[in-house]
Amino acid sequence: MASKLRTDLQIADPDSFYEDLIALHKDLTDEQSALVNAKLILLLANHIGDRQILDEALAAAKKAA
Amino acid sequence: MTAFKYPNLPFARCPELEGASPTHPVAIVGAGPVGLAAAIDCSLHGIPVVLLDHKDTVSDGSRAICWAKRTLEICDRLGVGQRLVDKGVTWNRGNVYLGDRQIYQFDLLPEPDHKRPAFINLQQFYFEHYLAQHVQSLPGIDLRWQHKVIHAQQGPESVTLTVDTQDGQYTLETEWLIAADGVRSTIRDALGQDFQGRVFQDRFLIVDIAIQRDDPAIRRFWFDPPFNAGQSALMHKQADNVWRTDFQIGWDADPELEGKPETIIPRIKKMLGDVEFEIVWSSVYTFTCRRMEKFRHGRVFFVGDAAHVVSPFGARGGNGGVQDTDNLIWKLALVRTGQAPRSLLESYNSERRHGADENILNSTRSTDFITPKTPVSRAFRDAVLDLARDHEFARRFVNAGRLSTPAAYENSPLNTPDTDNFAGTMNPGTPCTDAPITIDGRKTWLLDQIGTDFTLLYFGEDISPATRATFDALSVLQPSVRPLVLAPDGIAAARYDARPATAYLIRPDQHVTARWRHLRLEAVSAALDHCLTRT
Ligand SMILES: Cc1cc2nc3c(=O)[nH]c(=O)nc-3n(C[C@H](O)[C@H](O)[C@H](O)COP(=O)(O)OP(=O)(O)OC[C@H]3O[C@@H](n4cnc5c(N)ncnc54)[C@H](O)[C@@H]3O)c2cc1C
Repeated sequence: MASKLRTDLQIADPDSFYEDLIALHKDLTDEQSALVNAKLILLLANHIGDRQILDEALAAAKKAA
Repeated sequence: MTAFKYPNLPFARCPELEGASPTHPVAIVGAGPVGLAAAIDCSLHGIPVVLLDHKDTVSDGSRAICWAKRTLEICDRLGVGQRLVDKGVTWNRGNVYLGDRQIYQFDLLPEPDHKRPAFINLQQFYFEHYLAQHVQSLPGIDLRWQHKVIHAQQGPESVTLTVDTQDGQYTLETEWLIAADGVRSTIRDALGQDFQGRVFQDRFLIVDIAIQRDDPAIRRFWFDPPFNAGQSALMHKQADNVWRTDFQIGWDADPELEGKPETIIPRIKKMLGDVEFEIVWSSVYTFTCRRMEKFRHGRVFFVGDAAHVVSPFGARGGNGGVQDTDNLIWKLALVRTGQAPRSLLESYNSERRHGADENILNSTRSTDFITPKTPVSRAFRDAVLDLARDHEFARRFVNAGRLSTPAAYENSPLNTPDTDNFAGTMNPGTPCTDAPITIDGRKTWLLDQIGTDFTLLYFGEDISPATRATFDALSVLQPSVRPLVLAPDGIAAARYDARPATAYLIRPDQHVTARWRHLRLEAVSAALDHCLTRT
C-alpha cells in the first residue's frame, strides 16, 4: 500500500509554529505537559481520522524514539 | 422486599459409593452458572450426565449481576429464560459521568422487535438456583452436591476422577469430562495446565445494598465523582431492590479497613446522601484477565472461568462461559452418536478461544482505561476525559466497559463461505439475530423456533412441490435438518437480507453456518458435512 503520511513540509511558517508549541508548555509541570500533549495528539488524530495515516505516524514516531 | 433464601443442597450417596463402577458418558465438574447450563444442554441432547459440585448452597454473595441478551436466548433454549427475565431487572441503557456531569449515554438495544432486552440484572445466586431447579426437573442428570473432585487422570479411553465425600472417597470413570470448576480449577491443576495472563494493580470495593429508590435501571458509571474523587464508581439495580455499588479504591487501599461497615456506611452516604439502607454483601476485589492455552485436552473440555477469566467491566465472565457450553454440547452429542468425527471437537477449542480472546481484549481495554498503568497511559486517559467535556469525538474514547456481545465465529473452519451476494450482518459464523415471526398464523420469535438441532430457514410463500421434496430429503439427513419457512417480506427477511428462495443453514447453537439465494439439496448436504468436519 502506498504511503499516505505526508512528510514533506505542510506548515506554512514552521519556526513560528514550533515557537508556539514550546510556549504552550511554559509554566507547566511535567505532568501537566504530558496531559496537554496527550490532548493535542488526540485532537489532531481525530481530525486526521484516516487509520492508515495514523498507523504510519505511530510507526514513524516510534522509529525515531 | 423478599430476600433470597439460600437453598440447602443435599448430599446424596451414589452408585460408586455402593461399589458399582459404571463408565459415564459425560461428567461435569462444577455446578456454577456454566456447569449447570452444560448439564441442561446435555439432557436436551439426550446425553446422560453426572454433575458434581462440592458446595452445599448456591454461590454466596453477589458475583455476576448482568446477564446479556445472548445468555437469555441460550437460556430460553434451555428452558429457563422466562424465569430469569421475570425475576431480573431489564435494562438497555447506560450513562457515563465525569464528575457529576453526564458525558455519554449508550443504548445497547436501539431497535424494537427482539424478544429479549440487551441485559437483565439478576444476582448470580438466583441464576444458579433457577438453573439448578430446572436441572432437577429434567431426565438424565445425576446431580451430586457436596461431592468434591480432588484429582483427575486422563487415560486413552476414559478419564478417572477421584471424588471426596462425607461418606468417603470413590473413583468415577467418564468417557468425556467437562471442567466447569471455576477460576481455581482442580482439573486444570491435575492436568498440569497453566493459566496465563495479567493481574491489574487496583482494588475495587463492591457493596450490594438494599434500598428503596425510584431511579430507572440504567447502568451509571462515574469517573472522578465528587463522592470518590480521582477514582471511578458504578451503580446498578438488581432484583429485590438491591443495588450494586462499586468503588475504585486504588492499589494502596487497605482491603480489611475498606471492607468494614464503619468505612462502608460513610462511603455510601457520601454517594447517596443521608438515606436508609442495609448492606447485603460487600467485598474487595482485584481483577485478572487470563486464559488457558487450549480449552480441549483430549477427553477433557475446559469451560467458563476454568478456561478463562476477565475483569468484570464488560460483564463478560459468566456470559462468555454460557456461550462455551452452547458451543460444545451439540458437538459432543453428535460425536457420541457417531454422526460426526472427533475432529469436530477441535472446533470447540478454536471457536471459543476466539470468543475468549475477544472478551479478554475488551475487558483489558476497559480496565486499562479505568486503571491506567503508567504515567503516559494516565495522561492519555485524563486527556480523553478532559476533552470529553467539550468534544463529541472524545466521548467515544471514554471506556467504562464495553458490554458483552456474542462472539461471531466468522473465521471458523466450520463455515461454508458465501458464494452468493448478501448485504447486512448475518455472515456465516454469526449468532442468529432474533425477529418476530408468524408460523401457521401464530406469532412467535425466531429464536424460539430454532436450535438444539440443525435448521434450514427458508424464506418463501408458496412452497413448490420440488422445494417440498427437498425439505423431505433434508429431514432424513443424518443429523436431520428441520426446515422452517419464513415470510419473504417481514422483519426477519429484512434482518437476514432475504429474498424469496433465500435459505440459511443454522447450527444447533443458533449460529449461521451457510446461506444461499436458492435452495439446493446437494449444497445443504455439503455444508452440513463441512460443518461437521465429515469431508
Ligand atoms: C464482582 C464480580 C462481578 C461479576 N459480574 C459479572 C457480570 O455482571 N456478568 C457476568 O457474566 N459475569 C460476571 N462475573 C463473572 C462470573 O461471576 C463468573 O464468570 C462465573 O461465575 C463463572 O461461572 P463458572 O460456572 O465458570 O464458575 P464458578 O461460578 O466459579 O463455578 C464453579 C463451580 O465449581 C465448583 N467447584 C470448584 N472446584 C470444585 C471441585 N474440586 N469439586 C467439585 N466442585 C468444584 C464450585 O463450587 C462452583 O460451584 C463477575 C465476577 C465477579 C467476581
